[in-house]
Amino acid sequence: MTAATVTSRRVKGVGELARRYPWETLLLGLLVVTIVYNLANSTNYLGVDNLINLFKLSIEKAIVVVIMAFCVIAGEIDLSVASTMGLGAAVLATLHGQTAVPFALAVLLAIGVGAVSGLIQGAIVAKLGIPSLVVTLAGLIGLRGAARVFLEDRSVGRFPGWFGDLGRDGLIGPIPLSLLIFFGGLAAGAVVLSRTALGRRLYVIGDSADVARYAGVHVDRIRIGLFVTSGTVAALAGVLYAARLGSVRGDMAQGFELDIVTMVLLGGVSIFGGTGTMVGVGLAVFVVLNVRNGLGLANVEANTQTGVVGAILIASVLVRNLLDSAAGGASPAPRPARRWRFPRRAPRGKPSH
Amino acid sequence: MRTVLLARPERLKQFTLIALIVIAGVLFNVVIDNYVSGRFFNRMTQSIAITAVLAAGQSLVIITRNVDLSVGATAGVGAYATGRLLGEFGGVPPVGAALIAAAIGAALGLFNGVLVAYGRVPSIIVTLGTLAIYRTALINLAGARTITVDSLPQWLVDLPRSTVFSIGDFEFRSMFVAAVVVVTVLQLALWRLRAGRLLYATGSNPDAARQAGLPVRRTTVLAFVACGALAGFGGFLVLGRFGTITVTAGQGLELEAIAAAVVGGVSILGGSGTVLGSLLGATLIGLLNLSLVRVPQISEFVRDAVLGALILLAVVLDGALQRRLATRGRIMAGDEIVSTHREPPLAVPAGGAR
Repeated sequence: MTAATVTSRRVKGVGELARRYPWETLLLGLLVVTIVYNLANSTNYLGVDNLINLFKLSIEKAIVVVIMAFCVIAGEIDLSVASTMGLGAAVLATLHGQTAVPFALAVLLAIGVGAVSGLIQGAIVAKLGIPSLVVTLAGLIGLRGAARVFLEDRSVGRFPGWFGDLGRDGLIGPIPLSLLIFFGGLAAGAVVLSRTALGRRLYVIGDSADVARYAGVHVDRIRIGLFVTSGTVAALAGVLYAARLGSVRGDMAQGFELDIVTMVLLGGVSIFGGTGTMVGVGLAVFVVLNVRNGLGLANVEANTQTGVVGAILIASVLVRNLLDSAAGGASPAPRPARRWRFPRRAPRGKPSH
Repeated sequence: MRTVLLARPERLKQFTLIALIVIAGVLFNVVIDNYVSGRFFNRMTQSIAITAVLAAGQSLVIITRNVDLSVGATAGVGAYATGRLLGEFGGVPPVGAALIAAAIGAALGLFNGVLVAYGRVPSIIVTLGTLAIYRTALINLAGARTITVDSLPQWLVDLPRSTVFSIGDFEFRSMFVAAVVVVTVLQLALWRLRAGRLLYATGSNPDAARQAGLPVRRTTVLAFVACGALAGFGGFLVLGRFGTITVTAGQGLELEAIAAAVVGGVSILGGSGTVLGSLLGATLIGLLNLSLVRVPQISEFVRDAVLGALILLAVVLDGALQRRLATRGRIMAGDEIVSTHREPPLAVPAGGAR
């Protein structure tokens, strides 16, 4: 599986392509279905406004998806991204509202705070060997708390005009900066994963960190680098979000990790690490955006959309597992012939728990 | 003394925690005027009651090396559904209402557990999804209607003020006593029942447990069902405490529950920890939550930042402690993940089947 996703032998014909990348083919089918459904149900779907909207309303999430895919491929996860987005925006708003720091510098500092929070979490994961799930869950709570400490219950806005324009208006034609960053990141991610040594190392680490270490890969360094990049990108996404909305609150971007993790896992990246392609992740981003957009056009509330995304999240891993066992893949460990009776109670004294 | 503490890492954690609670209490007493009062004690115990019940369920799940992010949403569904039910049928007795709330929670927990155990989907993914799904279902079913105190039967309105016994100014309210009783019973079950030891075996090393022929999947489902039931019961306590329930009830409780469990010494790597420890964790968090607000120099918004830092600290200390123990060769080194699991009986079955 890993070999198939990493190597790029020449492929003849669509059929073979589909056989080699079954998950991506499935996603493409799913994407076509959602687009056809949206076309059939709404006359507004194909309008330029809606297509720009389709991306714009969730573009910050999509930017973070790229780096999250890197993390998950390497067998890690960063649940703190949404809180880092909120913290980055909160730092920017606080520096802008309460200090005389030049605005451009404030933007850089805000992104720097994201890098530092990533560095701290990455160092704990790599050096202390604590699962990233737990470390970043603590980060999710703590960084959100930090954003609240900065902003309390205020809403800070009145950013410079150019900042708002950058967030809302098109940079090239109708395409805004954030959309360019997303597509740039997606392309760069695809190249790094499939064409560079770093990409291969990420897959190996995700497959087995021990094997990678014995093979001379600097596992710790790469892990820390991943979390620093993740924090930086998340803070950047938070700043872009602030630019688009025009004001910042302490609960900004709350709960975004659900959509972000969903897009990555739906993209065929295994939660256990070691597999996944950027093509799949890109397709998954489009599928989720189309689903949300279609539900929005059909006047389904945002809350219900979130529930649907939650269902997609579970289904994307469940379906994969079912397909794997149908293909005779990873079978559970063999059961012993005889069962010995489990001791009914601790044999002597008080148990140590 | 030193060797005794090191031989039982859980005890070391619990002693540290008790010391922390005492130190925090003394510090707050110095900083805040009129810190200790009957009223404050009541507010704190009621807040601890809810966190402790949810944290107890969360601990069971974490012991099996899983996590349940949906307990807040489950508690919300439990609180709302029970409130609606009591509004329509006022004649339901108190115990019946609590059981109904627990049953609703157990059903939601069953869904989580089956997906984790039989669908082989990691618990964090399942419960991140069901967190959204349960909350969405609640919002849609409720249709923006709020449960108000007027619609509830009188016994429930009086519940938060009913006192079991009191020592001087300190009243022990029935909700707090109920929570402590539930936690104590659970702890006894963990110590004495086969199911309790199965939880530790499963979380300590799932592969070994499966090889030994233990019902790993059923045990995992059991943990999630118990966690859901306790979350539902926690929802009942939320209903009793606040009386007014909106569709956002219980939001964020999952983070407090995980924090209480982890701070209380339940190892996130599975296989180690106690429910009593999570009660201590809930106590420390409740103490900090309600006391920090009263320190005049501190903003009321530091709560979450402190909570996150506390979890991180607990997890880092846990990791460091386990590394220390591993290098001392006092525990059996499994695979890469070092656990505090130290029961010889598991490795050497009485019958000697191998």
